[in-house]
Amino acid sequence: MITIEQRAEFRKHFRNNISSRLITDKIVKGIVFGCVLLAIIPLGSILLEIVRNGAPVLSIEFLTAPPGAVGSDDPGGIGPAIQGTLMLIGMSSLIGVPVGVLGGIFLSEYGNNKYGQMIRFFNDVLAEFPTIVIGLFAFAVIVLTLGYFSIVAGMFALSVIMLPIITRTTEESLKLVPVTYREAGYALGIKRSVVIFRILLTSAKSGLITGIMLSIARIAGETAPLIFTILGNSDFFSGFDQPVDALPLRIYRLANLPYDTATAQGWGGALILILIILTLNVGVRYLFLRKRGGGGRFRIAAGG
Amino acid sequence: METVKLRGGSPLYDKIFKIGAAIAATYVLAIIVLIVVQLVTNSYQIWAQEGISFLIGSDWNAVEGSESYGAAPYIIGTFVTAGLAMLIGVPLSMGIAMFLSELAPKFLRSILSFIVELLAAIPSIIYGLWGLFVFRTYLLNWVETPLNNAFGGSFWLFSGTPFGLDIFTASVVLAIMIIPTIASISREIMIAVPNSQREAAYMLGATKWEVFKMAVVPYSKSGLVGASILGLGRAVGETMAITMLIGNATGQSAFPSSLFSPGQTLSSIIANEFPEASSGSLHMAALIGCGLILFIIAIVINIVAQLLVSRVLKTHQGAVLV
Amino acid sequence: MEEVADLESQQVDKMETLTRTPTTQKSSEEPRYKLIAEDIVASYNGIQAVKKVNMKFREKAVTALIGPSGCGKTTFLRCLNRMHELTKSATVTGKVLLDGQDLYSNREDAIMHRRKIGMVFQKPNPFPTMSIYDNVAAGLKLNGVKDKKVMDQIVQGCLEMVYLWDEVKHDLKKAGMSLSGGQQQRLCIARALAIQPEVLLMDEPASALDPIATQKIEEMINELKKEYTIIIVTHNMQQAVRVSDYTGFMYLGDLVEFGETKQIFENPRNEITAKYVQGQFG
Repeated sequence: MITIEQRAEFRKHFRNNISSRLITDKIVKGIVFGCVLLAIIPLGSILLEIVRNGAPVLSIEFLTAPPGAVGSDDPGGIGPAIQGTLMLIGMSSLIGVPVGVLGGIFLSEYGNNKYGQMIRFFNDVLAEFPTIVIGLFAFAVIVLTLGYFSIVAGMFALSVIMLPIITRTTEESLKLVPVTYREAGYALGIKRSVVIFRILLTSAKSGLITGIMLSIARIAGETAPLIFTILGNSDFFSGFDQPVDALPLRIYRLANLPYDTATAQGWGGALILILIILTLNVGVRYLFLRKRGGGGRFRIAAGG
Repeated sequence: METVKLRGGSPLYDKIFKIGAAIAATYVLAIIVLIVVQLVTNSYQIWAQEGISFLIGSDWNAVEGSESYGAAPYIIGTFVTAGLAMLIGVPLSMGIAMFLSELAPKFLRSILSFIVELLAAIPSIIYGLWGLFVFRTYLLNWVETPLNNAFGGSFWLFSGTPFGLDIFTASVVLAIMIIPTIASISREIMIAVPNSQREAAYMLGATKWEVFKMAVVPYSKSGLVGASILGLGRAVGETMAITMLIGNATGQSAFPSSLFSPGQTLSSIIANEFPEASSGSLHMAALIGCGLILFIIAIVINIVAQLLVSRVLKTHQGAVLV
Repeated sequence: MEEVADLESQQVDKMETLTRTPTTQKSSEEPRYKLIAEDIVASYNGIQAVKKVNMKFREKAVTALIGPSGCGKTTFLRCLNRMHELTKSATVTGKVLLDGQDLYSNREDAIMHRRKIGMVFQKPNPFPTMSIYDNVAAGLKLNGVKDKKVMDQIVQGCLEMVYLWDEVKHDLKKAGMSLSGGQQQRLCIARALAIQPEVLLMDEPASALDPIATQKIEEMINELKKEYTIIIVTHNMQQAVRVSDYTGFMYLGDLVEFGETKQIFENPRNEITAKYVQGQFG
């Protein structure tokens, strides 16, 4: 037991250190706020430079014309690249969306077991995979098998990249649907698959669209896997057995050219690309992300 | 019409649907297995030819007849750039996460979280473009040259001739790229710490910083480590920005000799030399071999990270769902 | 309409004179108040949970706060050591005087005074990564106690005060989380006692515990009140009768009645209090 005298004695050992502790507290808060500012500066700088350098080259011709000959007076445009990126997004979604959504349904509705846990785990691992490895994989599977670089190989690589994102967000948003909806469906004697399609997917629609838009934003910026699959091209799409161009790839090529006109065009391409990506992200934010905070990992991810 | 449709399902139909969903889910597993198989078979040639010296050697010669491949400098380059990026990025990310979860007032919290996520949404190629034409000049004039002038002669780390296309620039840009990932996951993990823990520390008369040290960090440590490792995984696999900024040395000269020497990573050598390698050649096998090494590094890092992060967030989610 | 308002304000006036100080038979003796709460108004998201409560707490006595759930008793308790304002979108106005000093005068005082006002929460919340010893010593380290001997003495003394010493003296290095729920709660009380507070706030400390652990905690409170000013929130009226000297009954954010525990339970002056202690609502 501690007596009153002892307590008085103990209190003498307490230092009146409060002011120095509060100073430390203030210093830490200052440092931490400094960290936040440091992180914002690059974002500001990137957006500023893109607009400053990219806006002057914007024109109808820039957006629609094919690139001119390297080093020539007429730099042309990035038409084929925009076309290629849009086609790649559409085609990758054709595979990535249905497979990803079905996978997400499996994890949410039938995945409450060891197998489901394993899939969920590897899905997360695949989502964080270096995309260059996925590009090499698509090269080995499609390009080497078919014998030519093509939009098909690019589509395959990008679909693998978007798949785990969609699976994850589908699962998360299905889990947010109240259990009572399911119970109501089963109580009416409706088949499980019908409950899933007619009740669950409808209620989880906003989450699904979020996932799809975020995954599209992600693959729109992917560059590394395209080097091994679509190769790049100065012409518009001319067939499924021909190399095609894409926006990020075109920016990469332009940045590597030693001409100021090429650099300027690279910035122009970057402006278009960032507009696409930011529109998707900001759109998602304002349209659908009000359900945030449910522990869902609706994280925005960047292209590699 | 509605009822007809609703009753249209049969147990068999249900079963088929379930199997279909299971197949779709299994697709992920199949892809991972196929990646391993493809990388191994397509790089088999280089392992047969070079054996262990592909891992520890540093010769890199693609001229036919005198071909020789050793990926050691690129493996080291990968770890050095990723390590430096972690050194810069992890403390900053923790600071940001702490601000967002513990200190920021409500309105700032959502705006800043959004900004951090926007940083994550910018593609690698744009970081590369910005790094190459904008950031590199600042770094060269304000950081690299002064450091080199002051310590270059006496300290190997800052020796060499700064040019702006080197390990240092690549690592700093890499750090900027992984900060949003680490910060936003760390923030989620810190938010998952129950308030009763914070209250216990406040009750003892702790300041905000002491509450963070005493209640938040110990509780969320494994998750924060996981978040950082996830950032490491991103850093290791990052390609475009690095390729544009690291200076692309090959062979012996790719061994990092100072912060300001050009280097090469596993991913950048692949991106750089792929267009020159013809399919079926030893050169191509060597590049795919680099991909296999990268794959193994990345998968180990990611598995560790996922285990750490998901454990922490799952306990939190469980509490929310109950 | 006005009449009604008038009547209401009259009632409030009456209530205030009633509640400002606990009524006591020995009114000749000058009572000593350790903690005085003046005009405490607390709200969450703009909704008032505590409406202008005035209360004086006697030194070395146990005061119980009772009332139906949602009556604001826990919120009020959390205002007494400025814990309420840590909750997001929560605000407090009013004064809390500890030995005549206002806790709400500035921020520095909040941290200083929290040390003098220990708190025990509804659910045991030991620091999970710390050992039993470190849990008790956590507050001492913050307050700059460096002497290992003194620290050992305090840790042992506090664990003895909560009757935990004999149970854990050989396992001081074990994790605090390895203890049972009742033991964890007593560990948390020891942790609060270690910083040598003068007031102890307890927020339903036994609500998550079994009867035996509850009994131990109640015994401990009876022992602790010889030295501490204790304020305990409880939803269990028997517990209030067993441990407290004074009881305040709160209802819808107001302090309805405040007096000696015996009087509140045997001879309540207010109709709502009477109904509540008779168990007509809860």
